[in-house]
Amino acid sequence: MLEIKNLHVSIGERKILDGLTLTVGDGEIAAIMGPNGAGKSTLSYVIAGREGYDVSGGEVLLNGENILGLAPHERAAKGVFLAFQYPVEIPGVATMTFLKATLNAQRRARGEEELQTPDFMKRVNEAAARLGVAKEMLRRPLNSGFSGGEKKRMEILQMALLEPSLGILDETDSGLDIDALRVVSEGVNALRARDRSFLVITHYQRLLDYIKPDTVHVMARGRILRSGGAELALELEESGYKDYIVEAA
Amino acid sequence: MNETASQAEIALKSSFERMKNAGAQSLRRGAWEAFSRSGLPNKRDESWHYTDLRAALRAVAPMSGETKTATSAIERKQASCRFVVLDGAFRPDLSDLSLAPSGVAAQSLREALAHGEAEVLAALAGDVDDPAVALNAALMQDGVVLRIAPGTVLDTPLEIANVTSNAGAQSVYSRSLAMVGKGASATIIETLEPLAPSEAQENHALTLRIEDGARLEHVCTVAPQAGAAVRVLSLLATLGAKSALNSFCLIEGGGLLRRQVFALLAGESADAAFCGATLLRGRDHADTTLQVRHEGRGGKSREFFRYVVDEQATGVFQGKVSVAQLAQKTDGAMQSKALLLSDGATMNSKPELEIFADDVVCGHGATCGRLDADQLFYLQARGLPEREAEALLIQGFANEALRLIAREAMRDMLEARVATWLARRDIR
Ligand SMILES: Nc1ncnc2c1ncn2[C@@H]1O[C@H](COP(=O)(O)OP(=O)(O)OP(=O)(O)O)[C@@H](O)[C@H]1O
Ligand SMILES: [Mg+2]
Repeated sequence: MLEIKNLHVSIGERKILDGLTLTVGDGEIAAIMGPNGAGKSTLSYVIAGREGYDVSGGEVLLNGENILGLAPHERAAKGVFLAFQYPVEIPGVATMTFLKATLNAQRRARGEEELQTPDFMKRVNEAAARLGVAKEMLRRPLNSGFSGGEKKRMEILQMALLEPSLGILDETDSGLDIDALRVVSEGVNALRARDRSFLVITHYQRLLDYIKPDTVHVMARGRILRSGGAELALELEESGYKDYIVEAA
Repeated sequence: MNETASQAEIALKSSFERMKNAGAQSLRRGAWEAFSRSGLPNKRDESWHYTDLRAALRAVAPMSGETKTATSAIERKQASCRFVVLDGAFRPDLSDLSLAPSGVAAQSLREALAHGEAEVLAALAGDVDDPAVALNAALMQDGVVLRIAPGTVLDTPLEIANVTSNAGAQSVYSRSLAMVGKGASATIIETLEPLAPSEAQENHALTLRIEDGARLEHVCTVAPQAGAAVRVLSLLATLGAKSALNSFCLIEGGGLLRRQVFALLAGESADAAFCGATLLRGRDHADTTLQVRHEGRGGKSREFFRYVVDEQATGVFQGKVSVAQLAQKTDGAMQSKALLLSDGATMNSKPELEIFADDVVCGHGATCGRLDADQLFYLQARGLPEREAEALLIQGFANEALRLIAREAMRDMLEARVATWLARRDIR
């Protein structure tokens, strides 16, 4: 599904990703954990295609195709979805309008028929009910004045509608209350499929109690320093990142 | 002005002299004298600093004559009871006179002036001191006078359609009046709609008298005009006690446009909102200048404007809220925001407060910026190509003003107009 090979990324003079290599198989859930400033969000932005990063080396392959040369919307149409650590407020654009525009833009890009309103509404309402998103919120401008937790739910609602092949969850658990964490995790688990992979970035084991990762990767200083199974997350919970940070010194 | 009268001012004077049989002679003479004292305003006049009308009207076009146009040529954009003013002349044959709801009386301005109707003359006598308004009063050709009886509650909007034919360079001066009686409630749509783009020089004014306890929704749309067109559109509103006015204006550029709003909150606890969205491209120049004056106690006013400025266009916002000494407990808030879409786009903003009362809450803010990179990336990451992402953000920006329109059908129609305007951005 996703192969990142020896990725080097800087912002201005500053090196953020320093030869990062990571492979996520089809249907795999890979968790990435690592200290603040390790470069986790940078990695997710670079995969999604944000401007402003200088990619000086390496490849990001999605199903064998290097996507680094593609525009963000082209990557989205190929199945990349990023649930933002800080979802952006879009004033004046009703959430419903936004959802329909994005869903149909992706369908057009893939040469599929656009969804007509009744069909679209049915899908949105089902997903909203499953994720506990009130209908009233769908009429409000996207993310404007939403609470932190509401924004995160809305990210997962979008993911459920867009049905990506690679879902990147950047600290989706932060800002969620205990009940919301469960609802959102169930939403993600419902999307698990053999042809859909996830990159789950988190600081806390608790999310991984709900979304059971196949692999866990420790990221620090712009690289993956260690990989293992679900048990690695438990170990980190105990020991913290001091071993990885000391190496830096 | 006499010694230094320009060619343009000489032409205007001869137009004025030809209005001898048009009724309201003393009013016209007074207005002409007021105009003559200043002449056409230019950059040196503080309130016209950003819009040089004198330079724009160097060559004054002849006054419009009679225009023959088939009814079918004037497209209907919304369900309304419509009164058409074509090239400055009220046209009963093109208007829905027989459909006027009960409680509404409509008449041409020409007729009202010919009969010397006191109420109309009194409303006109209350004009503010502004050269373009004075010129309108001196040269007004015709217009429609609407009287809404006290207590009337109207659902169907009344529409004053100022239509210009494509008769080329012609001057059009129209004045309409709406008198909304005590406790009445109505919607008035005002449109500026060229049948085809032309180099018309237009000066339209609408006088609103909103009596005690009356409520008026006012929605104005200004359709694009040719690049050489010069348009001045004035709104003169007087609000009685506990009355409310919610006024919105959509401006879609085209040539030089000056819209000015003069509002007087005369009675206690009057509530006025002036909002608008302005969309400009090419070499469009659009100026919205507001003067909102609180004289009654406990009044409330809101001003909320959005500008989208592309290419080489120029937007101007000047807003002045003044609070008289007696107008304690006034609550005023003014905001204008501009989105500049190109390096050549310009925005001039000048919000002002002038407060002589001590117990008031008033504030203003004016910002000017570009599309936000984080918002753009978010939309692109969801699958929207760059242009579509931009269009959605621009639409959202304009919608923030449009949402202040009370009638949903109007709001939807104006949203669609913004979308159409944006779609042309991609074609260019
Ligand atoms: N636009 C930028 N300009 C300069 N430095 C940046 C920029 N974006 C990120 N950085 C730096 O890159 C480093 C990695 O940031 P990043 O946001 O990817 O970390 P993170 O692992 O997601 O951290 P956290 O766990 O706190 O979310 C940080 O030191 C950050 O300050
Ligand atoms: Mg981060």
